[in-house]
Amino acid sequence: MPEQVLPVALTVNGAAHRVQVPSRRLLSDCLRHDLRLTGTHVGCEHGVCGACTVLLDGVPVRSCLVLAASADGAEVTTVEGLGTEEALSPEQQAFRECHALQCGFCTPGFLTTVRAYLDDHPDPTEEEAREAVAGNLCRCTGYQGIVRAVLRAAEIRREREVAP
Amino acid sequence: MKPSPFTYHRPETLEEALATLADVGGDGKVLAGGQSLLPLLSMRLAAPAHLVDIGRLRGLAHVTRDDGGVRVGALARHAEVERDAGAAAAQPLLRRALRLVAHPTIRNRGTTVGSIAHADPSGEMTAVLALLRGSVVLASASGRREVAAADFFVGPLESALRPGELALEARFPAAPARSGSAFVELARRHGDYAVCGVGAVVVLDERGAVASARTSYVSMGPVPEVLDLTADAPPSGADLADSAAWRAAGARTAALLEPDADIHATADYRRHLGRVLTARALAEAAGRARAAARAPEPEEALRA
Ligand SMILES: Cc1cc2nc3c(=O)[nH]c(=O)nc-3n(C[C@H](O)[C@H](O)[C@H](O)COP(=O)(O)OP(=O)(O)OC[C@H]3O[C@@H](n4cnc5c(N)ncnc54)[C@H](O)[C@@H]3O)c2cc1C
Ligand code: FES
Ligand code: FES
Repeated sequence: MPEQVLPVALTVNGAAHRVQVPSRRLLSDCLRHDLRLTGTHVGCEHGVCGACTVLLDGVPVRSCLVLAASADGAEVTTVEGLGTEEALSPEQQAFRECHALQCGFCTPGFLTTVRAYLDDHPDPTEEEAREAVAGNLCRCTGYQGIVRAVLRAAEIRREREVAP
Repeated sequence: MKPSPFTYHRPETLEEALATLADVGGDGKVLAGGQSLLPLLSMRLAAPAHLVDIGRLRGLAHVTRDDGGVRVGALARHAEVERDAGAAAAQPLLRRALRLVAHPTIRNRGTTVGSIAHADPSGEMTAVLALLRGSVVLASASGRREVAAADFFVGPLESALRPGELALEARFPAAPARSGSAFVELARRHGDYAVCGVGAVVVLDERGAVASARTSYVSMGPVPEVLDLTADAPPSGADLADSAAWRAAGARTAALLEPDADIHATADYRRHLGRVLTARALAEAAGRARAAARAPEPEEALRA
């Protein structure tokens, strides 16, 4: 029996896409292979590391634990959709300022997680900031810079609000 | 690794879902949040020929509070149940335990009913359903049945669900008057599966003495074990909110629980945790029961 192939429509970072994918295609692989958006990283492929975190209809999820077919019709935001090289998003700018990355493998998952977290909690304490990224693994930094970057990103968001 | 090939179905209505499940029978699996199933597929620990995605059945996303307690539909995500104020007021143990289920990103997608259907003895919600003596409503093309938690959990990852059946709803009874609950656990990191977890419910009588003290367990056996430790409750006059008063109840669990060893802990260490965490959970629950008995308000209203 030939493998089942399904049409999937996704809006990724504002752009509409239509792809034909095998039903077993993971959303993470659909983004990376079919749409060539390789900013989303794949570490463990079973939900533990958080590197593949994207926003699905605005909510952070593990893209390796969602079938592309299940996401049909959804809006996805990946790290590519957060900011540009010329205009970094508050999260990206904060991670750079605070040395919150070394190899960068985990960074896309942190950035998307932090974006959604700060949308809901604009003024976290240090403890809350630590808790907010507890589901993401980083093998390099030791997390101190990342926690600082969450707090700094909240600050930058406030600064930009007053002076857009 | 990637999942092996399967045929994907995405029904738009419950009738269609049940018809498809009847069709594919034992070759099919329900896909809810996918937070347990997709890892199993990717690691090739499961390879069903058909997946029936219930993600479009938004009518099953309810979290309803009624006289009996809280009814949670098959598509209600952990995060939705956790946020629901009515559910937290009627049965505070729901929110307390949900905060210990994985990380927020996983709770955004994983469903509470899926977690129960998965029947993982290391899942918090299986222990909560068993402790509260809740039930699960199951539907198939040929009808519906309600199964009590005690009959639903059969073994590790094994439930009373039959091929072709869909778990429609989980029912959690409301907290009775003069009662309090707690969930405590030890995990390597917050959000990880617990090495040992204990849920507790304590009910007081009109004079403030312990009328009932019950516990249930995470990762301490093949199914969520429920213990009645009322006989080992502290005598009247003791400080119920002090875990020292519950030492006898804790000690008793060592004879009643038969945890397994795994890479995270030896059986002896688990038994030790069972002893200590049981006393702590009961003291915490009893403290809340005492506060609830003193105030006319339900327990949740007292928590700032
Ligand atoms: C990194 C990580 C950490 C986690 N940590 C925890 C934790 O600490 N505690 C915890 O309890 N859980 C934990 N989980 C699991 C999580 O809670 C899952 O969401 C939950 O166990 C399953 O819910 P689901 O909706 O994702 O179900 P799915 O993954 O979609 O399904 C799981 C199983 O249940 C069946 N099923 C699901 N819904 C139904 C239904 N309505 N009717 C019939 N069968 C159904 C499926 O066929 C499948 O066999 C963790 C998961 C991950 C990835
Ligand atoms: S790759 Fe998805 S969580 Fe690790
Ligand atoms: S920067 Fe290397 S894993 Fe986080």
